[in-house]
Amino acid sequence: MKIIVCVKQVPDTSGKVAVNEDGTLNRASMATITNPDDLNAVEAALALKDQTGAEVIVLCMGPPPAEGMLREILARGADRAVLISGREFGGSDTYATSQIISAAIKKIGLGDEDVVFCGRQAIDGDTAQVGSQIAEKLNLPQVSYAADLKKEGNTLTVKRMLEDGYMTIQVQTPCLITCIKELNEPRYMSVAGIFDCYSMPYEVFDYETLKDDPLVDPSTIGLKGSPTNIFKSFTPPQKGVGVMLEGSDKDTCDKLAGTLAAKHII
Amino acid sequence: MDFNLSRAHLLIQKMMREFTENCVKPIAAETDLTCAYPKETIDQLFRYGVMGMCIPKEYGGADADDLASAIVVEELSKACASTGDIVATHNGLCCDPILKNGTEEQKMKYLPMLSKGKKVGAFALTEPNAGSDSSKGTTTAEDMGDHWLLNGSKIFITNGYVADIIVVFAMTDPSKGNRGISAFIVESSFPGFSVGKHEEKMGLHGSPTAELVFTDCVVPKENLLGPLGKGFKIAMQTLDGGRIGIAAQGLGIAEGAMQEAIEYTKTRVQFGKRISQFQNTQFVFADMALAVEAGQLLTYQAAVLKAAGQPFSKQAAMAKLYTSENAMKITTKALQMFGGYGYTKDYPMERMMRDAKITEIYEGTSEVQRMVIAGALGVN
Repeated sequence: MKIIVCVKQVPDTSGKVAVNEDGTLNRASMATITNPDDLNAVEAALALKDQTGAEVIVLCMGPPPAEGMLREILARGADRAVLISGREFGGSDTYATSQIISAAIKKIGLGDEDVVFCGRQAIDGDTAQVGSQIAEKLNLPQVSYAADLKKEGNTLTVKRMLEDGYMTIQVQTPCLITCIKELNEPRYMSVAGIFDCYSMPYEVFDYETLKDDPLVDPSTIGLKGSPTNIFKSFTPPQKGVGVMLEGSDKDTCDKLAGTLAAKHII
Repeated sequence: MDFNLSRAHLLIQKMMREFTENCVKPIAAETDLTCAYPKETIDQLFRYGVMGMCIPKEYGGADADDLASAIVVEELSKACASTGDIVATHNGLCCDPILKNGTEEQKMKYLPMLSKGKKVGAFALTEPNAGSDSSKGTTTAEDMGDHWLLNGSKIFITNGYVADIIVVFAMTDPSKGNRGISAFIVESSFPGFSVGKHEEKMGLHGSPTAELVFTDCVVPKENLLGPLGKGFKIAMQTLDGGRIGIAAQGLGIAEGAMQEAIEYTKTRVQFGKRISQFQNTQFVFADMALAVEAGQLLTYQAAVLKAAGQPFSKQAAMAKLYTSENAMKITTKALQMFGGYGYTKDYPMERMMRDAKITEIYEGTSEVQRMVIAGALGVN
């Protein structure tokens, strides 16, 4: 059994956000982290590995420095890492990204009992589209917003967290699951993992590696193949300090209603 | 000469920072207040391979090196010196002497227990009348033909009442002085072993310190560690290495206290200014940072020398002496930055100051470190 986990290196949004003149993010000048939801996907994969002995392959599309993040995930317990990297892939939006990642997953190969895990969404774009698009392009059943997960044979029972409740559904492998932070508590790197991670299997898939896949066409990848155009990126201005009203009595409610009415909110 | 940490050491530092921030710092004050051994934390440190980290893989460890081991203790001690102490003792004073002096059978039996097996280790040398002059111990080990019989007691033993495996030093031939001391691997389940008084200490409240009592304690013949009569040498060599752990602990306490104080002075306003804006504050922190950095270089140097198999006794003594004395000075000055608040248990400063003091005492007092350094200089 094989588990493929898709991860993304994202800017650390707890720091300052830098924007290029053309409106795109200046990623090079910002500290990076592994996308938080993706760490839950990694943990889901490692927990399944603990249970079944499956091989965990971590997959990332990004610039060469993303190797550092992939090594850290190997140090957490993954078995193999693949970085999809090439100038031709630069500027891809979610559509183009999912074309390329899908081709990479096909290259790795997906068997009958295999699973693909993704984080729900990345904190930089917040689109939550790539995981679902990969599932569509690979013709895989998908379950999003996984908050709990059990695997028995080739059946996964997944509890999805929705805005107003939960939905529990079963899905057959091979399938794709997108994970949320409620699913688990990501483990740390281990000492042995750290000392081994730089000698573990690590591959780079570039344009040459993937170009024969029909999904990877110059018209469907990179900036040219991306239907999305970024109009502008900016740091929103800080909102003013809020006003706290304490108490659950009628007077406080009247005060709240009065304040809202004065601002023409109600 | 390269002063940069390797990729692996940077990752160890990153992992331990995250672990300490999430799992150690939030319970440090309560651990101190309740004098509770942080079992859950130690279980986690076993899970991640920190406990027994320098044990080679064939014996169940992570095959890490001495620098990684020092970084671990430094990072833990920034938030909780007790946790740093438990780990430093387990790794430096129990795993290390078994690894360095054990027979293949002893290593195959005990090292997996001290890593994957989650058994906690300790080191028992000190006795009521044998502290710095550790050759004056009176615990005896009598050769009974098919086993050893240990009698006596050891005091101030770190991990004392939680340890499963203890490296114990006892006289096998009192007429030979130092050369009559031998080392043994003792399991807490051996008949005749018991735990005596639990020490109530000024600091390090989460670190379980106790007296160990041996009353006709039966130790298998094969549990003699190293050659007969070489126990004193094993003890001294082990303490040389252990000092790097205490140096790292002192370093971590100082760094933790400095960081807490820096954050506080950036928010505390007096006389219409943040107190970080006063030159006195800035100069105090500049001096602290200097001592921290110098101590870190000494500590890392000793660890790298040990890992490379080069002589490190003098450097380890220097590192331990320097960082422990600075831990005391820095926690005192950092507490001063908090004024009256620093003296209360609402802030971690008083705990850090209490914890710092022991680093000047255990695993060789500051005075003993000066003896070691002077000895290395040939001044006698």
